[in-house]
Amino acid sequence: MTHHLISIEDVDRDGIERILFRAQSFAEVSGREIKKVPALRGRTVVNLFYEASTRTSSSFELAATRLSADVINIRASGSSIEKGESLRDTVQTLTAYEPAAIVIRSPYAGAAALVAQWTDAAVVNAGDGKHEHPTQALLDVFTLQSRLGKLDGLNIWIVGDVLHSRVARSGISAFQKMGAKVTVAGPPTLLPRQIEALGCEAKPTLDEIAQADVVYVLRMQHERMQEAFVPSLGEYAARYQINHERLRPGQLVMHPGPVNRGVELSADVIDSEVALIGDQVRAGVAVRMAVLYELLVGSAAPVAVP
Amino acid sequence: MTQKLFHRPAPGADLLIRNAHVLDPRTGIDGAHDILIRGGKVAELGAARALSAESLPPALQTIDATGKHVFPAFVDPHVHLRAPGQEHKENLDTGTAAAAAGGFCQVIAMPNTSPVIDAVTVLRSLVTVAGQQAHVPTGFLASITVGSQGSDLSPMAALADAGALGFTDDGKPLTSAGMLRKALQYQRLAGGVVALHEEDPALSGAGVMHEGAVSARLGVAGIPSISESTMVARDGAIANYEDARMHFQHLSCVESVEALAYWRGAGARVSGEATPHHLTLTEEAVRSLDTRFKMNPPLRAESDRQAIIEGLRSGVIECIATDHAPHARFEKEMPFEQAPMGTTGLETSFAAVYTELVKPGILPLGLVIERMTAGGALYGLPTPKIEVDLEANIVLIDLEASFKVGQHGYVSRSENCCFHGRTLAGVVELTVAAGAVVHEKVKERDR
Repeated sequence: MTHHLISIEDVDRDGIERILFRAQSFAEVSGREIKKVPALRGRTVVNLFYEASTRTSSSFELAATRLSADVINIRASGSSIEKGESLRDTVQTLTAYEPAAIVIRSPYAGAAALVAQWTDAAVVNAGDGKHEHPTQALLDVFTLQSRLGKLDGLNIWIVGDVLHSRVARSGISAFQKMGAKVTVAGPPTLLPRQIEALGCEAKPTLDEIAQADVVYVLRMQHERMQEAFVPSLGEYAARYQINHERLRPGQLVMHPGPVNRGVELSADVIDSEVALIGDQVRAGVAVRMAVLYELLVGSAAPVAVP
Repeated sequence: MTQKLFHRPAPGADLLIRNAHVLDPRTGIDGAHDILIRGGKVAELGAARALSAESLPPALQTIDATGKHVFPAFVDPHVHLRAPGQEHKENLDTGTAAAAAGGFCQVIAMPNTSPVIDAVTVLRSLVTVAGQQAHVPTGFLASITVGSQGSDLSPMAALADAGALGFTDDGKPLTSAGMLRKALQYQRLAGGVVALHEEDPALSGAGVMHEGAVSARLGVAGIPSISESTMVARDGAIANYEDARMHFQHLSCVESVEALAYWRGAGARVSGEATPHHLTLTEEAVRSLDTRFKMNPPLRAESDRQAIIEGLRSGVIECIATDHAPHARFEKEMPFEQAPMGTTGLETSFAAVYTELVKPGILPLGLVIERMTAGGALYGLPTPKIEVDLEANIVLIDLEASFKVGQHGYVSRSENCCFHGRTLAGVVELTVAAGAVVHEKVKERDR
């Protein structure tokens, strides 16, 4: 694994397994009364968030804190970013504090890779535009492994707004690396042209959703849509909502959050046994601890947690 | 006739080039020759070593060009020199010096400056500056519409009288077919070529790269090729109906070449250009999200690139144009989606095409030279030729030598070159434009 985690392409299957093995140990830490290890004591982690986020930013903050790092959280609103400071100037300013890691979320593809050019710190991509969200993909694999053991041969359907989804792009690659077969399905206006080039099948309907072992539901991202891609959310829900009428027994349901209740997912599915949404959130902290540990302490270090 | 090319005064060269392989596809010359230039004109053109030393002035500068090539100097019908208003990116001095370094003897500058060249006063001031600063003869296009806003015609006739070679809203598409038709009708009074940046904004939307497999992977909004080709098809029909002279700028996809070929076949007076980057690079380069590969129209699929090459070969596309579009470093040091569109190209145009298309045997050298010198004639300018008694417009190139792009910086004020870091063959050693030496790399001279 490289010094940074910019794209899920930076990690091969062995790397994913190594990180998730370590995440397993950190998950145990999270179950203790004192949920802290001294692994990153004296090191600084900067969370630089140019986009609104609840679970990703809080789980990165918690992950760094549980590793005993000092954490600085910077958000676009209320900072000099709002005054028009360029990304490069912001990064150079923060680099003066000699952070060990910069975690960045940006509305623009490639932002994390640029930051990596401008700093000696390890850079973790916490979402760059509609491009990649590699830690989400890792925690999704972790969640599925925890439930099912392996992903080999699994049929995973990613359903909904694929066009605007970085979660989908990182997920397709990560699930395939772990041996799963991926199908994307959704309204034709929300499936990118030539998405099949990523090695997945693309379906404009949910007619064959019974094939899926796992249904990964994407959020309808109103905030990223500059025009109407579907006539209405009602029509979307009528054709693509994942509810108990569309699910067959044995299928598992995932969602990266935040959910539009009653749009892409019915309320009763969210709150049912088949939904792994809570597991995904819990996995987030342990997996992000493992990523920070991997990048800052290294794979040579023993896996054992004190 | 109104003057259409402007440059700073420079003394005519006195120069003897010995034993160069001279290739001019228009005159048919193709072999080792000596060229004697006196007072900026080609005085003698003879078999190598045939000019005897006794007949020559003793102090004449002589260049031994053994193993090197002399071509007619190149013409670039599409450059952005950024003056007035964006001189932090480029100005007439630096932009035309970059042209000289790339072997060009004529360039045509686009009017999307600040202010836009939509008024005689703006054009006159530029012409004045060109007369003081331009290293190579420089022509100007004026905008079709006021401010390139697409709603009111610029004073085309007055602009033509003040020196405009033609009209374009380049950088922005002219979306209104009705507006375009009026400009083409008015062309009968004003003259000049109407040049079009073809793009339907309703189809390109928020796109910043080619819509295809790479944009699907990157999650970056795509510009479909139909956003260009449907406009070429539409506007070719309007040109045909009005029997107007129309030029399509920087064609990038299969369907555009087909549409151009169709309307040419139908008798329309339409022409087209292709850039070195669309001839040599594809969407694959954008995987890196390096903003040097962000340009409009975008780098497209390999099948599009092949169609552009075939279009150039067949003559459907008559000329190579760089679309030299400098941007300051701080402007390009942005996430891909935010960065401005454009790549510089003047200093790498020949070398890129030579390295990627001539050396591998895809296009003949003579054809590339023809296409690199054809862009001015499309606007009614004289085509550079190597002939006795004509003003010298020649470039001396070492095809065996190569250079790493950007290694020693750029002559252009900007460094956003999509070939940055590549090693390209074909080093421009000497450029003579309008009879004057405007670029000289060779310092070792024999006498």
